[in-house]
Amino acid sequence: MLNNIYYIFFIPEIFLACSSFVCLLFGLFLKKNAFRQTSNLAVFVLLLTILLVYYDSESNFANYKSLFSHSSFINFFKILALLGSIASIIISKDYFLGIKLKNFEIPILFLFSTLGMMLMIASNNLMSMYLAIELQSLSLYVAAAVKRDSISSAESGVKYFILGALSSGILLYGFSLIYGFTGSMNFNDISFYLSKYDNLNLGLIFGLVFVMVGLAFKVSAVPFHMWTPDVYEGAPNSITAFFAIVPKIAAVALIYRFCLVPFENFYLEWSQIILFLSIASMFLGAIAAIAQSNIKRLLAYSSIGHIGYILIALVAANDDGIKAASIYMFSYMIMNVAIFAILLSLKVKNEYLINISDLKGLSRSNPIVSLSISVIMLSMAGIPPFIGFFGKFYVFIAAIEQELYALSVLGVLASVISAFYYLRIIKIMYFDESTSEGIINFKISFQSKIILSLSLFLIICFIFYPSLLINISASLSI
Amino acid sequence: MVDWPLISVIIFLPLVGGLIILFIKEDELTAINIKWSALFTTIGTFILSLILWLQFDYSNPSYQYEEKFRWFDDFNFFYHVGVDGISLFMILLSTFLTPLCILASWNNIKKRVKEYMLSFLFLETVMIGMFASIDILLFYIFFEAVLIPMYLIIGIWGGDRRIYASFKFFLYTLLGSVLMLIAIIVMYRNTSSMSIEFLQGNYFSYNTQLFLWLAFFASFAVKIPMWPFHTWLPDAHVEAPTAGSVILAGVLLKMGGYGFIRFSLGMLPEATEFFIPLIMTLSIVAIIYTSLVALAQTDIKKLIAYSSVAHMGIVTIGIFLVNQQGLEGAMMQMISHGLVSAALFLCVGVIYDRMHTREIKFYGGLIQRMPLYATVFMIFMLGSVGLPGTSGFIGEFLVIVGAFKFSSYVVIGAAFGIILSAVYMLYLYKRIIFGNITNNKLVDILDINTREKIILIPLAISVILLGIFPNLFLDPMRLSLELIITNYEIANAK
Repeated sequence: MLNNIYYIFFIPEIFLACSSFVCLLFGLFLKKNAFRQTSNLAVFVLLLTILLVYYDSESNFANYKSLFSHSSFINFFKILALLGSIASIIISKDYFLGIKLKNFEIPILFLFSTLGMMLMIASNNLMSMYLAIELQSLSLYVAAAVKRDSISSAESGVKYFILGALSSGILLYGFSLIYGFTGSMNFNDISFYLSKYDNLNLGLIFGLVFVMVGLAFKVSAVPFHMWTPDVYEGAPNSITAFFAIVPKIAAVALIYRFCLVPFENFYLEWSQIILFLSIASMFLGAIAAIAQSNIKRLLAYSSIGHIGYILIALVAANDDGIKAASIYMFSYMIMNVAIFAILLSLKVKNEYLINISDLKGLSRSNPIVSLSISVIMLSMAGIPPFIGFFGKFYVFIAAIEQELYALSVLGVLASVISAFYYLRIIKIMYFDESTSEGIINFKISFQSKIILSLSLFLIICFIFYPSLLINISASLSI
Repeated sequence: MVDWPLISVIIFLPLVGGLIILFIKEDELTAINIKWSALFTTIGTFILSLILWLQFDYSNPSYQYEEKFRWFDDFNFFYHVGVDGISLFMILLSTFLTPLCILASWNNIKKRVKEYMLSFLFLETVMIGMFASIDILLFYIFFEAVLIPMYLIIGIWGGDRRIYASFKFFLYTLLGSVLMLIAIIVMYRNTSSMSIEFLQGNYFSYNTQLFLWLAFFASFAVKIPMWPFHTWLPDAHVEAPTAGSVILAGVLLKMGGYGFIRFSLGMLPEATEFFIPLIMTLSIVAIIYTSLVALAQTDIKKLIAYSSVAHMGIVTIGIFLVNQQGLEGAMMQMISHGLVSAALFLCVGVIYDRMHTREIKFYGGLIQRMPLYATVFMIFMLGSVGLPGTSGFIGEFLVIVGAFKFSSYVVIGAAFGIILSAVYMLYLYKRIIFGNITNNKLVDILDINTREKIILIPLAISVILLGIFPNLFLDPMRLSLELIITNYEIANAK
């Protein structure tokens, strides 16, 4: 129980909100090195938040029961999102300094967006869910356009904003329909109300479809993925890193919770939508990535493909599915952190690396870096013995448990297609003879090096002691 | 028997050697250290695997030297390795050929020696691990991990069209093996077990078996390879460096045959019975068609690659006869092909290193300058043809004997293929070795040197040894094969 009012500051979200304001003021009053100091403080704040989430007990949430929920699944994804944003702030610090983008607001934007994500993951009410999504998205719109003098950055910000606003509108319309037909905003109340019926009526089906469209936009599932490659490409690399690593975690958790809590009993209605999104995302992600020459666009399509696999686990909609999603999300986060830690430190002719073909000759000038990229690519392609394989493996276990044989076969076929473009990167690094050597420059700060080594260690060594993560994810309940 | 984890040591010794090599700095002078370390590691592994053979209990049909640890807490996935009569010689083949590969690439690999040796050592670990796995998922992990080093070996050190060949190899075999992953998960779902041993006693419903069989077939038929899934093989062989071809022909193709015996025969007997006519047809087509294709080749490596497909056709016939002679013949043919085709690729490598071409037309009259080479080449050529006294004869003979029990049409097809193999191999030999030297560039060609002797003579000895004392190899595997046949017959008698 909430005996003492001061305890309210130990609720992770409230702590994070207050600390974000403190960070803002801190940055404002600093004269020198504002960006670096604020980033460090932001990392520290996020670390503390992780501790609070970890030791958070249910009683803290008593006052917010109707708005936010509390479960092991939520906590797992919150910690994942926090870890992701810590990693992305650390790995992008040097990049920001390198391109002379030293606005101290950037880490603050990340903090607010992370706060929005935590609320998104925990939300148990249509209204709080919408507000959380908006908090998250607004921070990200600004972050995408943060490089004001660059046309591409501004374009990506505007594009993201317009499409995001559109999807939020659709989402809101869906909410209004659901509210209108069930008379409730709370997930549990909706679930209770719906349990009296065998079928959803037409209005609710419309509501459900609208919400699904909005959520599909947030996880960037095909056919609502159009913004992803453009925003990834236009935004500064370090912002792209954040986009790739963190918001997906929250959006995936949200779509899981939305499908499995209020509409738990109407599996048939939503699973068809998710099934389509999943197949379309896997194949489009795999095929469209083949033609890309820009590494950021390639990673965007790759992330679309990964979303397809996570949605397979959602179609499975069983305990194995939740387990698979959490393992897959973990591996997705680790792999993206690792690849972006490398990309944010690679310079070709004093420009940060953009074109895949610039990786030519990397295996000669930086054998260890190219070996690491190869490991990450093979892991993303789902080749054993790396962690990416186990993510896919658990997804397929969940799917087959539900007898989704056709979906699993399509899934593995898409993974073969996607193997092609991952292998292409290895090919460029190792097989192509480089004409211009020594122009690739790899310079990494100590902190990012730790993050990079840690994530590589997890990618390679997961196979030796898998039980730790698996036991945690097996115990999650939605 | 030994009381220390012999199998695990054999599996991971090459990997440890590879990790040590990783920390040797590579430049002009130290490249030789890398080569020696790799050679010592692989020879050490070979000696350890000989202990495996010497201590092997011939009277025990099931797994020996077992090691079992729980690996995943949430489902029954174990690190479970062991050796039985079937996998014993596959492991020996891998450990025997790898040092020879390292020696064969001693001088002709000049760039990225470290990565090259690392790839080979990693490859050896996964090959041995795959043959020693008693857990299907472990098997699968090793089975797919083979693609990584092989992709690099073909792609980095290969010929002109290496990129095309490496992608084709990787994607083709990946497509086959991912379907196997689905099949493995379905098997686990039905039985809650991943143990190969356990699943060999557990029968799935007939319809499930048919689907599972097709999924496994997709993977192994590509790997072995069977016609019409063989098109990746000539490309991969031609573009791979010599040692890469040796491992590809010597060991990787055997993964398919091994898989057929373990999974199709052992776990899905009723479906196998249903699909036998399909396999027989494909095999006979493969034997005759690829033999004819081999006859028309102008590139020596391509010719041997196509001959491999034909020889593996004999193996698949032998396996799916499911009788004692057929299976023993298939196993012998696999071992023999592993030695002979590896040796033939090494022989091609010898003249390729000197002349940098594999065109048959370029050569001729080599016997005038390279008498020793002509002799060893002849031994392997005859082994490939299946002359009595060489290893090839035993396998082909046993398969044909076994096939008589099944159908005389199959015998006719297989025998016709063997005749054709004599035609293309003898024709090849005539064009390369006999006659007078017509090409001026060949006048100064040198006979095989000491290093090449060290590579080729053990292979020649083992080809003849296998031909004269086949029981040395047949005795250890006999009971394990009988076990599979008995299970198969019980399942189909129901």
